[in-house]
Amino acid sequence: MEAGHILLENGAEIARVEETMERICQHFGVEYEDFFVLSNGIFTTGSRNPNSPGGQYARVQHIPVKGTQLDKVVAVNQLSREVSEGHYSIEQTKEGLEKIRRMPGKSFHMQVLASGVGSACFCYLFGGSLTDSVVAFAAGVVLYVFVLLVGTSRMSKITKNICGSALATLICILSYWLGLGENLSHMIIGSIIPLVPGVPFTNGIRDIANGDYISGAVRLLDATLVFLCVAIGVGVMFLIYHRVFGGLLL
Amino acid sequence: MIGQMIAAVFGTVAFSVLFGVPRQYYIYCGFVGGAGWVLYSLLTVYAHCTATEATFFAAFLVVLLSRFLAVWERCPATVFLTTGIFPLVPGAGIYWTAYYLVTDRLAEAADNGFAAIKAVFAIVLGIVLVFEVPDSFFKLKKEKTNLPEKRS
Repeated sequence: MEAGHILLENGAEIARVEETMERICQHFGVEYEDFFVLSNGIFTTGSRNPNSPGGQYARVQHIPVKGTQLDKVVAVNQLSREVSEGHYSIEQTKEGLEKIRRMPGKSFHMQVLASGVGSACFCYLFGGSLTDSVVAFAAGVVLYVFVLLVGTSRMSKITKNICGSALATLICILSYWLGLGENLSHMIIGSIIPLVPGVPFTNGIRDIANGDYISGAVRLLDATLVFLCVAIGVGVMFLIYHRVFGGLLL
Repeated sequence: MIGQMIAAVFGTVAFSVLFGVPRQYYIYCGFVGGAGWVLYSLLTVYAHCTATEATFFAAFLVVLLSRFLAVWERCPATVFLTTGIFPLVPGAGIYWTAYYLVTDRLAEAADNGFAAIKAVFAIVLGIVLVFEVPDSFFKLKKEKTNLPEKRS
């Protein structure tokens, strides 16, 4: 069902997807339904009461993991509650879901700005000075412009993260070299923070805690891979810097 | 300290924007993130906890708050949890590990790597423990506070 698709795509945990689908199905009189939800696919079979027309329903959906839009998760959750309270017909539900699917994401500028502010704040949080935070802000902005531009192309996640963190590191090193900012480390820590995979990480843990081992493991693997890629990006940039400048500033 | 708290709040809010949290919840997300960070820094500075212990208790608090807010606001706990946990995720640990690896100081790299992994496990434990608490516990609190309203 559509609801599950949106939920999974936008970063809900497995148990929530299953529960929501079950709730909607039960409300619309689907007597026997079974779901098998994985981190990137939903398998559904259902049948109405044998007496009524409609027969069997079976479907396998592949769902690629995309960006996280928690407001869609909230909206679907709300909708499913209202459905089970009986406010919606099937058509209205479909309409509502379609509306949620089309819900606009945050604008380009907004995301970039948020990334910059996030970087600056975390730079300060981990002990950077105000100038460091300003540099981290710039690096965070550039980083997210890169992520958003590349996000539409076919570049793999691994390459994207390595390049992103390398780019952020490069900006920090450059500005440090130009005399902007006092602590190179804090600037870099701040600027790579937007790449840290918080959502797959927490969802992975919760899936495993709920007993959805396969999805949990996949999501944790995803998170670990991103962590590693970020580390590789930073490391590579440092290595190049070392070779070129002989580690003068480190 | 206060500056750091403000930074934690705004940082968390920035990430809630990034993850597309509905606008009305920004302030709660910031509050959860700030609370987690404050507890973390209080524990490490004043209670002489190790970073791992402090991370555990802070994660515990973050998840607890997220679940209360989830019941309160009738929306998934994920919203507050994923953003609120951000200040605790060992982003700095990753950086230092990579840094020491590249500069060929392997002992320090291993130290920092293990510290990061320990922090991750502390967060995992915190999350798992709080989600073992049954829903009814959080709902009970909600009902208690709602009862006077209903009667009046």
